[in-house]
Amino acid sequence: MVKEIDRAGIPVTHICTVVPISLTIGANRIVPAVGIPYPLGDPTKGEKKSHEIREHLVTRALKALTVPVDKQTVFEEDF
Amino acid sequence: MPKKVVHYINQFFAGIGGEDKADYKPEIRAGIVGPGLALKSALGNEYEVVATVICGDNYFGSNIDKGVVPELLEMIKKYKPEGFVAGPAFNAGRYGVACGTIAKAVQDELHIPVVTGMYVENPGADMFKKDVYIIETKNSSADMRHAMPKLAALLKKQMEGKEVLGPKEEGYIEKGIRVNYFNERRGSERAVDLIVAKVKGEPVYTDYPLPVVDKVAPAPALKDLAHARIALVTSGGIVRQGNPDHLESSSASKWCKYSIEGMDHADKKDFMTVHGGYDRAFITEDPDLCIPVDVLRELEKKGFIGKLMDYFITTTGTGTATNSAKRFAEEYVPLLKKDRVDGVLLVST
Repeated sequence: MVKEIDRAGIPVTHICTVVPISLTIGANRIVPAVGIPYPLGDPTKGEKKSHEIREHLVTRALKALTVPVDKQTVFEEDF
Repeated sequence: MPKKVVHYINQFFAGIGGEDKADYKPEIRAGIVGPGLALKSALGNEYEVVATVICGDNYFGSNIDKGVVPELLEMIKKYKPEGFVAGPAFNAGRYGVACGTIAKAVQDELHIPVVTGMYVENPGADMFKKDVYIIETKNSSADMRHAMPKLAALLKKQMEGKEVLGPKEEGYIEKGIRVNYFNERRGSERAVDLIVAKVKGEPVYTDYPLPVVDKVAPAPALKDLAHARIALVTSGGIVRQGNPDHLESSSASKWCKYSIEGMDHADKKDFMTVHGGYDRAFITEDPDLCIPVDVLRELEKKGFIGKLMDYFITTTGTGTATNSAKRFAEEYVPLLKKDRVDGVLLVST
């Protein structure tokens, strides 16, 4: 699905839990998520901390949309 | 007695006409027509091209489910062939699909050896490479004189019951079959050779090529996030509470779209997950963990993004064929375009 969105000219960030799969299928902007049962947040760390993690990841994923890339790029750190 | 071969070609190679004659109905003629001459000479005296079956590419395509295949098989059967050649089709897409379809049908129904030929990017190649031998050709019919001898050689090998070697030796497109054999040199030695060749930048050969996945160029970057319309898509199986559209928990056959208009977060009263591939406990309790409506709404209020779209798009990723996923996106991308979506966040569990 990511590729078809990219193909249509709409930038897309793939927030995913298994980065190697994302790389294999050909996503271009990738943000690694926390874990399979909770990609955005970590409920084991309490609601406040979980929300904070989600905020960081979503913000990073949105900023990744503004970064010109010419190859598959994994955005590992906040920037 | 020479062995009997029947040849399939389209209206163009039969000299009947191009696009304007692509609706040409199936016909069989005794002897060779067009490229049959090259086939005849490549096969040699012990073989005879007893008949040539001709069909327009559009006729074939539009009647593929309406009996064109049985119709052609009946014609072919009458000549009692012992081998069958289709094309080669080079890069002609509809011709390639026709060649693959009829070659497979002849192989399955008449139980005789078949061969066809195509350019590797011909859609027919992907569709039929696992079923029939497809000699890899160049992308234009200028390659006929190189291609036809390869088709003939591979057909003869099969008809004579000789061992068909690998794709590289015979020139066919990989069928995805692995054959065990003893190499004189052990694996470790060959592995070292391979890495050394790679380091040197020399051409390398691998016994086990990785599957080729088509790459898409990245879409241009967003220039103005503060005014951008952002849509949320997920493969995490999030649906309206109660799953009104019966989205599958695995091997999804569809995608769904649900409203998040006016919501400041994704509440468990409104949403649930049906995904059968992970422990649903956490997301059941807080769907924002997969569709981050809370954070996106806050960012929208702050003016960090222009607008969070009033809906999200969802399917179940687990067990879902990549071709289905491709189709889902092909179906909803026009909607995103119509709604002037500038950027997408796609969350996968």
